[in-house]
Amino acid sequence: MAKVKFDILETTCVPLPLENVDTDQIIPARFLSATSREGFGENLFRDWRYKKSGEKNTEFVLNNSKYSGKILVAGKNFGSGSSREHAVWAIFDYGFRAVVSSFFADIFMNNSLNNGLLPIVVTDDFLKKLQYLIQKEPSNKVRIDLDKQTLTIISTGDSVKFNINPYKKECLLKGLDDIDFLLSMKELITGYETNKSFVK
Amino acid sequence: MESKTLFDKIWDGHVVRSIEDGPDVLYIDRHYIHEVTSPQAFNGLKTRGIPVFRPGKTIATADHNIPTKDQHLQIRDQLSRTQVERLAENCSANGIELFGLNHSKNGIVHVIGPELGYTLPGMTIVCGDSHTSTHGAFGTIAFGIGTSEVEMVLATQCILQPKPKKMRITLNGNIHKGVTSKDIIMYIISEISASGATGYFVEYCGEAIRNLSMEARMTICNMSIEMGARGGLIAPDEITFNYLRKLPSIPGISNFEASLADWKKLQSDADAKFDKELVFDAGLIKPMITYGTNPGMGMAIDGSIPMSETGNGKASASFIKSLDYMGFKPGMKLLGHPIDYVFIGSCTNGRIEDFRAFAQIIKGRKKAASVTALIVPGSKKVEQQMVAEGLTEVYKNAGFEVRQPGCSSCLAMNEDKIAPGKYAVSTSNRNFEGRQGPGARTLLASPLTAAAAAITGKITDPREFINEDITLKIV
Repeated sequence: MAKVKFDILETTCVPLPLENVDTDQIIPARFLSATSREGFGENLFRDWRYKKSGEKNTEFVLNNSKYSGKILVAGKNFGSGSSREHAVWAIFDYGFRAVVSSFFADIFMNNSLNNGLLPIVVTDDFLKKLQYLIQKEPSNKVRIDLDKQTLTIISTGDSVKFNINPYKKECLLKGLDDIDFLLSMKELITGYETNKSFVK
Repeated sequence: MESKTLFDKIWDGHVVRSIEDGPDVLYIDRHYIHEVTSPQAFNGLKTRGIPVFRPGKTIATADHNIPTKDQHLQIRDQLSRTQVERLAENCSANGIELFGLNHSKNGIVHVIGPELGYTLPGMTIVCGDSHTSTHGAFGTIAFGIGTSEVEMVLATQCILQPKPKKMRITLNGNIHKGVTSKDIIMYIISEISASGATGYFVEYCGEAIRNLSMEARMTICNMSIEMGARGGLIAPDEITFNYLRKLPSIPGISNFEASLADWKKLQSDADAKFDKELVFDAGLIKPMITYGTNPGMGMAIDGSIPMSETGNGKASASFIKSLDYMGFKPGMKLLGHPIDYVFIGSCTNGRIEDFRAFAQIIKGRKKAASVTALIVPGSKKVEQQMVAEGLTEVYKNAGFEVRQPGCSSCLAMNEDKIAPGKYAVSTSNRNFEGRQGPGARTLLASPLTAAAAAITGKITDPREFINEDITLKIV
């Protein structure tokens, strides 16, 4: 797993206001045959970014020069389906550092946090507003402060507080990962194995 | 003593330590791995210079990217070949048992785990695959994980995991003829949507569930993830115990009767509290089919596509995009719509009972000339059993070729792709855009519905083919 630090991010956003975007769309299965974690960004949203002929689909948001930035503002139920962590690697490798939605699939959420990609849950109403403001004025910037757990739309001053597990927050702020933590508990784990009885 | 759900009992019994305001450190009894989501985890261990902590608790298979024809030959796709070879190297270097390509016990991870006796009641089970929820059919906590978590389990036999909420889904009454467990779970998902159980772990209860075979229960638990659930489980009962009793061997269990006494305790307490309760009438369920691009977009096969997600109100951009992709319109009926492919197989419907069901309909009939069929057993054992029961012969006589085991067209990592724009009635679990190949249009359904479509070349109600004397066997 990756050790990535995250504290403050201030950037423009890329809007993707579609619901139920599954991990097969984020990275199609035919690109999963790699044995390393690198290079998946090239095929992020592959079948939406490119037409069957191989040409760029200029209607897709990643090919729209109006939009750029390190925050992907997605629709409800983002990252559903397959557990493939490659989806998170692809988003991160492409250059995103946070994804905002009103609802994430569970496995995607865990995978994101394990790779330093911050998944931020906001209300449906706030998400709609954010989508609207970005589409109206793509230069609108958003500031994410992990320590304070706030997301602020700079131009309007609209700010919301988001939730994150305190343990995961600490890991991201310090750039630590779960394996170091678990390895430090080896004795406890061995002790558990010795005393384990069948579930009561 | 405080009342507990079955989920609580298994979870709490596996917590090594609870982190304050954080996830639990959860001990994992069984870890399944495959070629696609494990190589980066082994790389991580190498970088850290640490060994696999408990290699005996991990079981490996090659299934996701392998060809289903000529498996004795070298895999043609170089990247896929490298993944399969890397898995073998990693297993051999770390002392992990591998049921790899051409092994007599090879197959889809969620098919071979149970049939080889590695999945047992009361266990915690993980795998870098979201359909790990399948194993919940045995009364286990089983769920899919990402590659970072695979690395955690290899390194420490534990993962850090927040405890999900609990949901109980009760299926009262019984299903009708021509309706299978696939239709039950597709019905539930269509009722609660593809994200209706996100954040929850589901326990399935009720008469309709109790009457299902283990194979059928695995189909239900398998698709728990398709409504967003972390996993789904069914308390073990005599049907579970009989399945286990009939296995040739159960690794690690020396005294079956002693284990049985433990397994029998695995029940939710009568007054246990769930965070959410849903109740359905199994008698209302008809054969199901999907019309869109997520498993929540399903309907009774004789129904009409709704005008929007909710049935009333305005269709969203996502709903319209989905129907456009499928080439369908709101309000359309699907019965009689021509199809091009039929796929039976996958961790959802690749077990012997599924091939028996399919055979019931195709026996003595002929495959429609316009249909390309992919018949893919879930494991070598299923493949062998199909031959032994004469099913392979039935398939051959009806014009179907039986392939070799693997995940195949469910995710189309290998050559088994559906051509762009073509319709496939598929017994797999996901109808996402491009899931079965770029541009492929997937219609999820049961093995019976797939068989009916394979014979007629059209979307067909399988009840037209079902006689009074046909009932699905409980094994």
